[in-house]
Amino acid sequence: MSDLTTTPRLVEAGTSNTSYIGKPTSRVEGPAKVTGTAKYSAEFNVPGLLYGYVVTSPITKGRITKINSAPVLALEGVVQIFSHENVPSLAWFDRNYKDDVAPGGSPFRPLHDAEIKFNMQPVALVVADSFEVARYAASVLEIEYEQEKFDTNIDLKRDEGHKPGSGKTGFMPPPPPRGNPNDALKNATHRIEGEYIHGAQHHNPMEMFATTVEYHQDGKITAYDKTQGVYNVQQYITKIFGLSKDEARVVNHYMGGGFGSGLRPQYQVFLAVLAALELKQSVRVSLTRQQMFSFGHRPHTLQYLKMGTNPDGTLAALHHHALHETSKFEEYTENVVNWSGMLYQCENVNLGYQVAELDVYTPLDMRAPGAATGSFALEVAMDEMAYAAGLDPLDFRIRNYAEQDQNMKKPFSSKKLRECYHEGAAKFGWDKRTPEPRSMREGNQLIGWGMAGGVWDASMQKAAAKAIFTADGKLEVLSAAGENGTGTYTIMTQIAAETLGLPLEAVTFKLGDTNMPEAPLQGGSWTAASVGSAVKNVCTEVGEKLLKLAQKMKGSPLKGASIDDVHFADGQIRLNTNPSEAVVIRDILPASGEEKLEVESSAMPNMIKQQPYSMHSHNAVFVEVKVDEDLGTVHVTRVVNAVAAGRILNTKTARSQVLGSVVWGISMALMEETVMDHTFGRYMNHNYAEYHVPVNADIHDIDVVFVEEEDDKVNPLGVKGIGEVGMLGVAAAITNAVYHATGKRVRELPIYMDKLL
Amino acid sequence: MIQQPTNTSGGATSLPAPPSAGSVTLTINGVQRHMQLAPWTTLLDALREYADLTGTKKGCDHGQCGSCTVLVNGKRINSCLTLAVMQEGNEITTIEGLGQPENLSPLQQAFIDHDAFQCGYCTPGQICSAQGLINEGRAHTEDEIRELMSGNICRCGAYVGILAAVKEVVDKQSSK
Repeated sequence: MSDLTTTPRLVEAGTSNTSYIGKPTSRVEGPAKVTGTAKYSAEFNVPGLLYGYVVTSPITKGRITKINSAPVLALEGVVQIFSHENVPSLAWFDRNYKDDVAPGGSPFRPLHDAEIKFNMQPVALVVADSFEVARYAASVLEIEYEQEKFDTNIDLKRDEGHKPGSGKTGFMPPPPPRGNPNDALKNATHRIEGEYIHGAQHHNPMEMFATTVEYHQDGKITAYDKTQGVYNVQQYITKIFGLSKDEARVVNHYMGGGFGSGLRPQYQVFLAVLAALELKQSVRVSLTRQQMFSFGHRPHTLQYLKMGTNPDGTLAALHHHALHETSKFEEYTENVVNWSGMLYQCENVNLGYQVAELDVYTPLDMRAPGAATGSFALEVAMDEMAYAAGLDPLDFRIRNYAEQDQNMKKPFSSKKLRECYHEGAAKFGWDKRTPEPRSMREGNQLIGWGMAGGVWDASMQKAAAKAIFTADGKLEVLSAAGENGTGTYTIMTQIAAETLGLPLEAVTFKLGDTNMPEAPLQGGSWTAASVGSAVKNVCTEVGEKLLKLAQKMKGSPLKGASIDDVHFADGQIRLNTNPSEAVVIRDILPASGEEKLEVESSAMPNMIKQQPYSMHSHNAVFVEVKVDEDLGTVHVTRVVNAVAAGRILNTKTARSQVLGSVVWGISMALMEETVMDHTFGRYMNHNYAEYHVPVNADIHDIDVVFVEEEDDKVNPLGVKGIGEVGMLGVAAAITNAVYHATGKRVRELPIYMDKLL
Repeated sequence: MIQQPTNTSGGATSLPAPPSAGSVTLTINGVQRHMQLAPWTTLLDALREYADLTGTKKGCDHGQCGSCTVLVNGKRINSCLTLAVMQEGNEITTIEGLGQPENLSPLQQAFIDHDAFQCGYCTPGQICSAQGLINEGRAHTEDEIRELMSGNICRCGAYVGILAAVKEVVDKQSSK
């Protein structure tokens, strides 16, 4: 690294040693993660820490009539029990509990009153001087309840759904019907229809929700909280507890998985802050794995599709209606059916979307919310339609390729789904498929090949970043973004290093702290676009300042050059016309006498540029399953996932995101379901032994193909986000492959063996 | 309905007192640690809450996920399923003992090279489990590694990378 400053190497522009974007750079935080030095929220062992343990309701609806606190408070080591009986008066208005992504309605207020609204509702927090005593004390806290009748079964609410309001950010009501969908269906050459169902699913990140609140001498607090948005949590707790922003700092450097579960502040942060402020002591509250099923889930959803084709195999009509659960206090919404109006060309479309209220906690965005659900139903129906029309499922999709977004009546800013189909199919060997079900086998194993695909939003939000360049040649960039495994640390380091032509080792990216410039929630696959653009902007501004200072250096070859006349590479600012005319960046501050340069900047979407376009990422998934003919067990032996998501910043971490998405799709198709016992209104399998997710032995060959896609409209970086699109179509492709293997059409997930026997 | 009925209403009877702490000496990563622990403290909580060795993770506290895997006398165990007092006299190795950021073990390096993690929370358990698997010496093929690494859940779904990382180190060790 240091030799760069003394013996400049001449490198052709564009091929410098400091061009990092698009390279498979290993995670810069890798050493911290593999050695256990990366600290998660429950791992800040501050002095004098107290431990809170949550008690949750065993009933689903009713009220608490008595809490027998005295014997528990008498136990040695127990410090306090917080419940609705002794919570101090907090913010009175509902709106103070509304976080940035709260849906419409009235948010749940922990320990607010005696009313029980859902099973496993937190009803008390027992605080003790050790985790063990808190856990024990919580297990002997006697609470009496009065029970009321409840509704937890969506099947009984089929006729009670209603169109939701527009209370939730990002929710788009389905477009009005187009064409003449009823007549077109009636006149179609071939028709299919069916109901598609999946149950509730819980995010279950490996790290359980936890908050360590450090109580400072001056009464201020630092909350180390598991969240996908430190600013969202800060505004939540400051509004509820009447704190100023200066009094409540929220930090999250590492998040042990989110998948949407940390988009909203969860109740442990409320409880930990409450206890710390009341006791004037540092407090940690960690949830148990069981309690990870007590807030937010992908909603149990029922979908109905009807489709018909014309004689030429084009879609004549498409009807897609969905109904899912929400809570009685908030109206959760997601975009389930809209995708069906834009993934394929069809003139006659009718989309409908309703929610029904149940006595459950409010559902919560979970990886590709709405699209994972909708694409499952749409893409299985497309497979059924292809079979009904006697067409190859891939050929059928290509025949119905949408050249524009018919929902919005706008062209796509870029769309390489056709390339996804072709490249994915070629890699998979789709042309060797025999179409008849049960036509491929290996001994006792029925082999099935299926495919599907999907579409996801390419979004960008406003984000800010700060950069500090110091005289030792080091660059620090800060933005309150999140790192939940997506690669934020790494890609931001790459962007910053490349923009200023610095070696990666000279750049440190810091995130997850309300003392840093604001970044949007870590969700919606928009972090790379949003924070990445802010990082690029702030580094560009640092570069401009460096250039000005460099021009003042004695004998500077850059005198008179504008920022467009130079480029930053290999630790130097070089003239474009003659790269050997350069200034070593590390020398600039020492020569100028400045100790550091500090710049803050932001980025926001260019609405004018974006407005004419529909901006989306796409994918196509090809799957091989082997189904044991006697046992009905399904193994996903081969997957090719071809993704078009704009520019890929880091092929290594992006590939991992798609690999993980495929694992999620396999999980959704074959394993995941939170099962409700409607007698009790309680999830039965609320633990990691009975809530099944894949283990290593369940995962076989997965190939990821990134289709090249240039897009100068979505954002200056040309990225579309990669965290969610890869999951789309996977569950459907598996379901379709199971049909091809067995001849059995499954329309309800997960595909357990009983559905195949 | 009464939750957790304890028959203590009215204060006539009191609840059993929590056990008191006693001296426990654990050998962790080659260092003897003297700790004051109540007998009901799990090895996992002793490491995280009393020894400030937070590299060992809690993912379920019930032996269902493998995040808390550590090595005891070279054998991999779920540290949430054993009490700290039961491990006196044993050699406990945690992720912190396998390598440090400036001095990574071959497995730790292979995990980085193959991007065998995303959020990193299950990673210490995966690596300790892989070290235990190598110590056992019975996994050689990809299928064997997949099977014998299946006690460790990775919700991010980094299994492809985990397999590649472990296989690389297993192959290197067996070629020695």
